[in-house]
Amino acid sequence: MNTQVTLAGVTFKNPVMTASGTFGSGMEYSEFVDLNRLGAVVTKGVANVPWPGNPTPRVAEVYGGMLNAIGLQNPGIDVFMERDIPFLKQYDTKIIVNVCGKTVEDYVDVVERLGDEPAVSMLEINVSCPNVKEGAIAFGQKADALYNITQEIKKHAKQPVIMKLSPNVTDITEMARAAEAAGADALSLINTITGMKIDVHKRKFVIANKTGGMSGPAIKPVAVRMVYQTAQAVKIPIIGMGGIATAEDAIEFLLAGASAISVGAMNFVNPYATMEIEAGIRAYMEQYKIENVTDLIGAVS
Amino acid sequence: MKQKQTARVISQQEIAPGIYDMWIATDLVDFAKAGQFICVYPKDKSTLLPRPISICEVDVAQKALRIVYRVAGAGTKEFSSYVAGDSIDIMGTIGNGFPVEEGIGKKVLLMGGGIGVPPILELAKQMKQAQVVVGYRDSNLFLKEDLAKYGEVYVACEDGSAGVKGNVMDAIAQECLEADVIYACGPMPMLRAIKKYAEEKGIKAYISLEERMACGVGACLGCVVKTKEIDHHSHVHNARICTDGPVYDAETVEI
Repeated sequence: MNTQVTLAGVTFKNPVMTASGTFGSGMEYSEFVDLNRLGAVVTKGVANVPWPGNPTPRVAEVYGGMLNAIGLQNPGIDVFMERDIPFLKQYDTKIIVNVCGKTVEDYVDVVERLGDEPAVSMLEINVSCPNVKEGAIAFGQKADALYNITQEIKKHAKQPVIMKLSPNVTDITEMARAAEAAGADALSLINTITGMKIDVHKRKFVIANKTGGMSGPAIKPVAVRMVYQTAQAVKIPIIGMGGIATAEDAIEFLLAGASAISVGAMNFVNPYATMEIEAGIRAYMEQYKIENVTDLIGAVS
Repeated sequence: MKQKQTARVISQQEIAPGIYDMWIATDLVDFAKAGQFICVYPKDKSTLLPRPISICEVDVAQKALRIVYRVAGAGTKEFSSYVAGDSIDIMGTIGNGFPVEEGIGKKVLLMGGGIGVPPILELAKQMKQAQVVVGYRDSNLFLKEDLAKYGEVYVACEDGSAGVKGNVMDAIAQECLEADVIYACGPMPMLRAIKKYAEEKGIKAYISLEERMACGVGACLGCVVKTKEIDHHSHVHNARICTDGPVYDAETVEI
């Protein structure tokens, strides 16, 4: 049985990854999860300087999911390189670093710093966080802006570049095509869906930022649909995510056309979710006599 | 050490309207400290996130842990329906806990307000002979009898139905209580008042904070508090309540 997948020339031992922002840099969850069993750890977004994030409350529960507006609190690339990368290097897993910024220069700054670190296998560019006012989403909701930033990042990146797409657009395939045309090596989707929750007793917004990104099992059908549409529209590989809780969910994304999958909010609900999904995919392959996990990619009819 | 496990309910009863008292059989007690909390996971899949609930009492010999919580929404409503023998999904133990050693040999004041009273019980047990000031909304003085076993208890009641009419600060003033160290858990206005009081008097205060959280392990960065100094994790001024707290030296946080 072969669970390996290859994206943009990088081979992962299995298709199970962690969704950025839900797993820190792996340190907190290493008490629960054997990180060696993951295809990759995708880190929390890192900027060129520390970001304080948004005011609290930053999270809220909604039916079958949650809203968050953390605002990309992060220690900046210096601390990240000194602390988080050496920590992750101890494990036999691939490192994908999520990069955020307010301007194109911010992104390029981080991308260049990471270019000196061969332990980083891929870069995931966050142009889809709905919770910060400048940068991020501003680059991810217009095809020409996405094209331009992708092209600029590709000029400076030493590692293959994954563009992380927002579902908060009219046509995700238009965004996917723009990123591919600009040279993106892979795509990841979906980021969270912008939502809102109001406390009817206090008549106040539950999240200080008013809006937050929705994640969790309730968004999964939207994510599966978008992964499928995107897979039909582009040739570059896709990392699928959005509400994955079980191995069945993960396989659904593979069948829709994803080459790998990420587990996000469900890490909060079940800290062992990634390992259980990894084992569950193998059990599924055994049950259906599937030799290579890649045989599942896009195998829906 | 943190672990997620399915434990068993030993007993549960409603000790005041909407306030539930549950004993859980779990080996997590071996790691439990006063002021720490556990995450309790609803079984209803529409309510996903764990509920952080403070540890009220620890019985290491019986391998039992006590939580006392208020029904505030769908998750806690589900927990309140559990009876002896039911399973309960928990993760813990979480957080730093109260620095008990800072109170040894000193005049100590333990303060709890509302649903912030429960963690004060285990602390009172360890402190022995402490002065305990607890504030309630009304005459439902839950845990007062338990607290009286371990210290001198002073009650404040918002509606004046028992003890001093008003809040815990009114009780301190009226009873002329003094202390070298304060330990407190309760609603934010109470903790702000204690922080100010401690600063004016030049005494130490350790306060236990609360914030909406998702993961409970320090990964999501949902439950942060503004800190005076740069925090060690993100190098900004936002420390994680779940892992760096929930107990802070009042001087170090901006609330």
